[in-house]
Amino acid sequence: MAEALPPFQAFLDEHLEPVGAFLRGMVGPNDAEDCLQETFLAALRAYPRAEPRNLRAWVLTIARRKAVDHHRSRARRANPVPAPEEIIDRQGDSPGAGLADGALGMSPRHSEIWAAVAELPPGQRAAVVLRFAVDLRYRDVGAALGTSEDAARQSVHEALSKLRASAAELKEMTR
Amino acid sequence: MSDFADRLAARANQEGLVDVAYATVDTPLGTGLVASTPKGLVRLALPNEEMETVLSRLARDVSPRVLEFPARLDETRRELDEYFEGKRNRFELTLDWRLSHAGFYRRVLRATARVPFGDVITYAEAAQRAGNPRAFRAAGTALGSNPIPIVVPCHRVIRAGGEIGNYGGGPEMKRFLLELEGAV
Repeated sequence: MAEALPPFQAFLDEHLEPVGAFLRGMVGPNDAEDCLQETFLAALRAYPRAEPRNLRAWVLTIARRKAVDHHRSRARRANPVPAPEEIIDRQGDSPGAGLADGALGMSPRHSEIWAAVAELPPGQRAAVVLRFAVDLRYRDVGAALGTSEDAARQSVHEALSKLRASAAELKEMTR
Repeated sequence: MSDFADRLAARANQEGLVDVAYATVDTPLGTGLVASTPKGLVRLALPNEEMETVLSRLARDVSPRVLEFPARLDETRRELDEYFEGKRNRFELTLDWRLSHAGFYRRVLRATARVPFGDVITYAEAAQRAGNPRAFRAAGTALGSNPIPIVVPCHRVIRAGGEIGNYGGGPEMKRFLLELEGAV
């Protein structure tokens, strides 16, 4: 036997937190827990057939599918998610912006930026969340999205351009 | 997040997805582990065993769907508590024998399971009861690989000269159990 699957409990303990962070970024804090339950339940169903070599990418793929299902079942609901400027800040664009507002402080600006994240095409949104909320390297973002490292980098790059444009527009509007 | 895990385990159990449920169990000599399949108790690990290794082997030998789910081990843990408190001298648990080799080894363990509380037999007697009186060494090996110690009371098998002999859970555990039962 090449590589054995760890006991499911160990797999769960290891991946619960990053998958939770990913889903909070994808569906917002209110619905993340339900999606997280669905994700690990689906993972448990399929677990004996999982590939032990990259379980993180495997479970993130399931989580992404659950997030898509979730969005489909609640077609267009304006329920934005928190802390997007972290994403922008880390790129060094708007230093310190929003940090004082606290995680759940939904200033109009917060909401607008999260709305902008939510407006990203699903693939770009997933890439941005994996890179900055789950803190994966581009290679692992690619593995979780089933694309190459370069494609993942490109997705994040395009997403950030869109977010920067939205942020600038917003600044104009609220000036 | 423990709340989350409890809910997940309960739902998984409802769907029949928990092939191996496990829980920790307190013994007077430290913390052990009990694990069951839908068929019954499949494994009891004594405190001297490495829990991570025990769980990895369950994943490999039974199913990787191993989840901590104490609710399914309530009865097992209650009977063990009572036993350690001296309030129980036989177990009424259904056993899953799949982790013991079929054949002579399993016959030795099944014969040992019938040795009552407070009694002891020798390795040769265990071999004889399993149908091969001369195979007392193999009987010792079978008992040493007992996946469900205490409940399958391999501690009740001792040397012909009266020495208590080896024990997978460590000699102090064997002595403790035999003293608890008033057998030595």
